[in-house]
Amino acid sequence: MATNTRIILICSGKGGVGKTTLTANLGIALARQGVRTAVLDADFGLRNLDLLLGLENRIVYTAQEVLEESCRLDQALVKHKQEPNLALLPAGNPRMLDWLKPDDMQRIVAMVAEQFDYVLIDCPAGVEDGFKNAVSASKEAIVVTNPEVSAVRDADRVIGLLNTHEIKPVHLVLNRVRPKMIASQEMLSVDDVTDILALPLLGLVLEDEQVIVSTNRGEPLTLTGSNSPAARCYSNIAKRMQGEDIPLIDPAKEGSGMRDKFRRLMQTKIF
Amino acid sequence: MTLRDIINKLLGRQQASASTARERLQLVLAHDRSDLSPELLDQMRQEILEVVAKYVEIDMEEGAVSLETEDRMTALVANLPIKRPLPSLSSSTDD
Repeated sequence: MATNTRIILICSGKGGVGKTTLTANLGIALARQGVRTAVLDADFGLRNLDLLLGLENRIVYTAQEVLEESCRLDQALVKHKQEPNLALLPAGNPRMLDWLKPDDMQRIVAMVAEQFDYVLIDCPAGVEDGFKNAVSASKEAIVVTNPEVSAVRDADRVIGLLNTHEIKPVHLVLNRVRPKMIASQEMLSVDDVTDILALPLLGLVLEDEQVIVSTNRGEPLTLTGSNSPAARCYSNIAKRMQGEDIPLIDPAKEGSGMRDKFRRLMQTKIF
Repeated sequence: MTLRDIINKLLGRQQASASTARERLQLVLAHDRSDLSPELLDQMRQEILEVVAKYVEIDMEEGAVSLETEDRMTALVANLPIKRPLPSLSSSTDD
């Protein structure tokens, strides 16, 4: 058994901040680096990870049948065709929520962990039972948030809960960063968010229309080797997870034209 | 305060929204983290003032009790200007 398997919960509290997109892209990026990676959809109510990975038509069995022992784990795991180091364990029927307990979640994650180096758990939004089940099976966590008041507030709540569950380490990913809005001081800056949440920053992801294009196709940006801003951010995050020392992008230093220089001047702190 | 904030102030414009967001978040998170409602905080502030007033004469108008947050640590900060110790207490310690 791989005892040093990293079991990482990807959570946010608020919905729609990019948990599932991050899970899909990190899963592919890690697999491309040659590590055996499993992504597990713990959002049984509103599952979507299969769709973002383009694996929705290949699901035969799910976590539900594995837990009921009506199939083996390897029958339920969906291997990605282009990236065979990646496998998805699909979420079962939403009715699973009626009986699923933290014990069940721990059992299935332990089974998956035996065969993989990384297990990424896509956590449901909210802080109720679905979250508690997913947390109970995790060792570390990545909190995803956006530079918006509601997302940061919910992230703060989740960080508090992760602390009480003794999840360590907990890292932050700041998603949908718009450098221009930060420059004109109409968006919380990266420092604002890391100061408020007091978490080490694993990376930031720039706002990028290509994310929508890639989800339309069911091909995560990291799969197609795209060089779009978000694609670079995602693969940088995956490299940092593997211990590589990749410097953070400084959104304030994006752009070198006169206009950008003027924006930076306007940002200078006087007192 | 940044250069932009000063120019906005001079022109009578609203300050950029990021600083508003920062201030609002800091306040709401201090309350979220302490799990105290504004009513309870007010009640606690009243009781703290009453206790302190038993020992020293304080300026009730100037006194402030608030929650402040830094690095995920929330602190209860009381700033209570003391006018003078209560005469009854100071005379008893003189004996």
